[in-house]
Amino acid sequence: MAIKERMSGNEAVAFAIRQVNPDVMPAFPITPSTEIPQMVSTYIANGEIDTEFIPVESEHSAMSATIGAEAAGARSLTATSSAGLALMWEELLLAASNRMPLVLALVNRTLSGPININCDHSDGMGARDTGWIQIYAENNQEAYDNFIQAYPIAENEKVHLPVMVCQDGFITSHAVENITLLEDSLVKDFVGEYYPEEYLLNPGKPIAVGPYSVSNYAMEAKKNQEIALENAKEVILEVAKKFKDISGREYGLFEEYRTEDADYIMLIMGSAAGTAKQAVDDLREKGWKVGVLKLRVFRPFPAKEIAEALKNCKAVAIMDRCESYNGNGGPLGSEVLAGLFRYKVMIETVNYIYGLAGRDFTVSDVYDIFSELDAVVTEGKEAKQYQYIRLREQEAADERL
Amino acid sequence: MRDYSLKTIMNKPERLAPGHRMCAGCGATIAVRAVLRALHEGDHAVIGNATGCLEVSSYMYPYTAWEDSYIHNAFENAGATLSGVETAYKALKKRGRLPEEETFKFITFGGDGGTYDIGFQSLSGAMERNHDMVYVCYDNGAYMNTGIQRSSATPMYADTTTTPVGKNSVGKMQNRKDLSSIIADHDVPYVAQTTLTSNFVDLHRKAEKAIYTEGASFLNIMTPCPRGWRYETSEIMKICKLAVETCYWPLFEVEHGKWKLSYEPKKKLPIEDFLKEQGRFKHLFKKGNEDLLVQFQEEVDRRWEDLQYKCAR
Amino acid sequence: MRTDVTKINEKTPHEQLTEGLMMFAGGTSKYFNTGEWRTNTPIFYEDKCKQCLLCAPVCPDSSIPIKNGERFAFDMDHCKGCGICADVCPFGAIEMKEGVE
Repeated sequence: MAIKERMSGNEAVAFAIRQVNPDVMPAFPITPSTEIPQMVSTYIANGEIDTEFIPVESEHSAMSATIGAEAAGARSLTATSSAGLALMWEELLLAASNRMPLVLALVNRTLSGPININCDHSDGMGARDTGWIQIYAENNQEAYDNFIQAYPIAENEKVHLPVMVCQDGFITSHAVENITLLEDSLVKDFVGEYYPEEYLLNPGKPIAVGPYSVSNYAMEAKKNQEIALENAKEVILEVAKKFKDISGREYGLFEEYRTEDADYIMLIMGSAAGTAKQAVDDLREKGWKVGVLKLRVFRPFPAKEIAEALKNCKAVAIMDRCESYNGNGGPLGSEVLAGLFRYKVMIETVNYIYGLAGRDFTVSDVYDIFSELDAVVTEGKEAKQYQYIRLREQEAADERL
Repeated sequence: MRDYSLKTIMNKPERLAPGHRMCAGCGATIAVRAVLRALHEGDHAVIGNATGCLEVSSYMYPYTAWEDSYIHNAFENAGATLSGVETAYKALKKRGRLPEEETFKFITFGGDGGTYDIGFQSLSGAMERNHDMVYVCYDNGAYMNTGIQRSSATPMYADTTTTPVGKNSVGKMQNRKDLSSIIADHDVPYVAQTTLTSNFVDLHRKAEKAIYTEGASFLNIMTPCPRGWRYETSEIMKICKLAVETCYWPLFEVEHGKWKLSYEPKKKLPIEDFLKEQGRFKHLFKKGNEDLLVQFQEEVDRRWEDLQYKCAR
Repeated sequence: MRTDVTKINEKTPHEQLTEGLMMFAGGTSKYFNTGEWRTNTPIFYEDKCKQCLLCAPVCPDSSIPIKNGERFAFDMDHCKGCGICADVCPFGAIEMKEGVE
C-alpha cells in the first residue's frame, strides 16, 4: 500500500534512511542539509532505528569515517552540502578509488565565495570527476526514490562505487510537497541486507585497504574504476526497473518530457526541470513544439544516449546551474557539446547559466529561451553562447533609462 | 607489569611481517612490533595508518606487511577513519553480523606529521568522542617521508630541510609542541609517552593498557630516524636511552586524569649527551653557540619540572 | 576472493588486479626480499648466545625468528643489515661484517 504524505525533501531522504536503517552514519551539519542528520538522530533517539551515528568534527572526518565504516563491512552514509562537499574532496576520490559502495545525500548549495546558502550545482559539479555516481532529483519524490535505489546500485558487484544522491537546496530540501512513500517492509526487501564478501572485520580473513602503488599498478586500477562506472549505467537501469515494480514510478538515465516531436529542447537538471516542464505545457498549448530533457544521472555521463535523444530536434538549450570558470560554458554545456560532436549530431545549441546562488528561474525565462532558440533556427540569429539568465547588466539598465 | 617476560612475549606470533620498505634501522617499525605484541593472542585487530613513511613502506601494493586487517585512507584523517571502523564494529556486533566470541581491537599509527600537524583535528575529534581505539604516534620529530622538513614536533635548533642551518640560521626557532599533554587535556582514559628501552617493558605495558582500556587512548612513542637525526643506524637504543636519561623524552602516563612518572633518572644527564650524538644538532657545538645549548637545557628543565609537578599532584 | 600475491606482478593485466587495489590477504610482504639492500651482514655466533632475546625486539625487520623461547638464524631474505642487534647483544654473539653474505 502506497502511503500518501506531505514532506520536505530533507524529510523524505531522512525517512528513506529510516527505512533502510543503515549501519553507520557520520555527519557534520551544514545548511541546507543539516536537517538530515538531525532527523536521523531523532529517529535513533526515539528508538525507531539503531543506526550508529558519529557526530564528527568536520565534513572531512565525516567522509573519512564513512569510508572507514564501509571498509569495515558496515552499510554507511553521510549527508552534506556546498563547502562540506568541498572539504571532503580528497576523501571523495578515495571513496571511489577504494571502491566503497557508500552513499552521500547531497543537498546542493553554491560554493563560496561569497558565502551564500542558496542553491546551485557548483558543489556537485565540483565533484564531477571524483569517480562517484551522481543522481539528481527534480522534487521530493525523486529525492526519496533515488535514495532507495542508491545502495542497490552502489553495492552491485559490477559497480562497487559510491553514489551521490543530489537534490536542490531549499527549493527541494525545505519545500513541503505531496509525496508517495513505500511501506517499510517493501523498502527493506528492495535494499536487502548487506553482506560484503571481503571487509576489515572479517575474523581470520584480514584485508588491506588503501595501498601505495607504483605506476605499474596505478593506471590499471584507474581503468578498472572507469569500467565500474561504465557498468553502473546498466545497473542503474536494472535497479530502476525493479523499483518500478514496487513503486510504479519509472526512472531512466534521464527523463524525456514531450520531446518526441520537439523542435526545441531544454536540457536541464534538478528542480528547475519542473519550471521548464510547466513552460513547455504552456507553450505546447500555443502550438510550440518544445520539450524538456531532464538529466537524472550526471555520472556516469550518458553522452551517447543524450545525443540519440536530441538528434531529431533543431536546437537545444543547455542549462547550467553552475559557472565552471573554464571560459567556455558550464559543465553540462561542455559535456553535452562534446557528446553531440562525438556522435555527429549537428544541431544548434545555446548554453545558459541560470540560478546561481539561488537566483530565481521562472517559466517566463523558459519562454524567452525557447524564443531565442526559435530565432536562432528561423531567423539565423547568432545567440550569445554561454549567457547568464537574469543577470543585471549595464546595457539593460541603460535601455531602461 | 610484574609478570613481564621478554621470552614469553617474544614467543608470540609476529604481527608485522618482514619485507616492508622502511629504511634499515628505522625506529618506527621497532615501535610498531612492540605495540602489536601487546595484543592478546586470539584477539583480532584493525590497524589504521596515516600517510607517511610507515604507510608507503608497509603496504606497497601488492605487499602488505600487516598480518591483521589494515586501512590507510589519507594523511590527515587516521583518527576519523579508525573511528568509523570502530563504530562499524559496534554496529555489526549489535546487529549480530559478527560472532559474539570474536574480539577486535583498533590501533592506528601516524607519524608526527600526520598526528601533531595535518591530522591534529581528526585526532582531536576521535579522542573527544572517546572511540574505543588507540592512536599511536611514532614521533621522529620531522616530516621524514618527504625529506626531513620541520614539524611542530621538531625540537628547537634542529637542522631540517625547511629550517636549514646557515649563515643567518641556527635551525628551527620554535619549541616543540607537547602533544602528549594536549591529548591528556582531552580527558581521555589513557595517555602515555614512551620510547624504545632495552627490554621494552615500558612500551609493552603502556601499549597493553592503551589497547585494553575502554575508550580512547593515545601513545606517543619517540622513534629515532637515522636519516633525519643523522646517527649510525646501529645506535638507536643508545639514543633512546639518552633521551630518557636527559629527561628530553620523559616516560610517563596519564590514567583517567592521574599523571604518573614511569621512570626518574637517578642522575639527570646534561642535554648535550643526547644532542651530540646527532648530526642535526652538530652546529650547537660550534664555538659561539654555547648559549643555544644553555637555552635548550633550560627548556628541557622547565618541561621536566612541569611534568614532575603534574605527577606530584 | 582471497588474493594469491604470487600471481600479481608489474606485468599483470588490469583485469587480474584486485578491486580498489585491496589485498585480500595478510602479511604478503614476506614475498618481497629486502635482504638485497644489505651492505653489512650480521654473523650469529650461536655458541656465544645466551638466548636473552634482547636482539629480537630491536629488529625493525622482524628478521630474528623466535621459536619456543629461542632465537634462530637470521632471516637473510629480509635483514637490511642495520646492526642494532649486534649493538645491543651483551655477549658478542652478533658481529657485523661488511658486505652481503
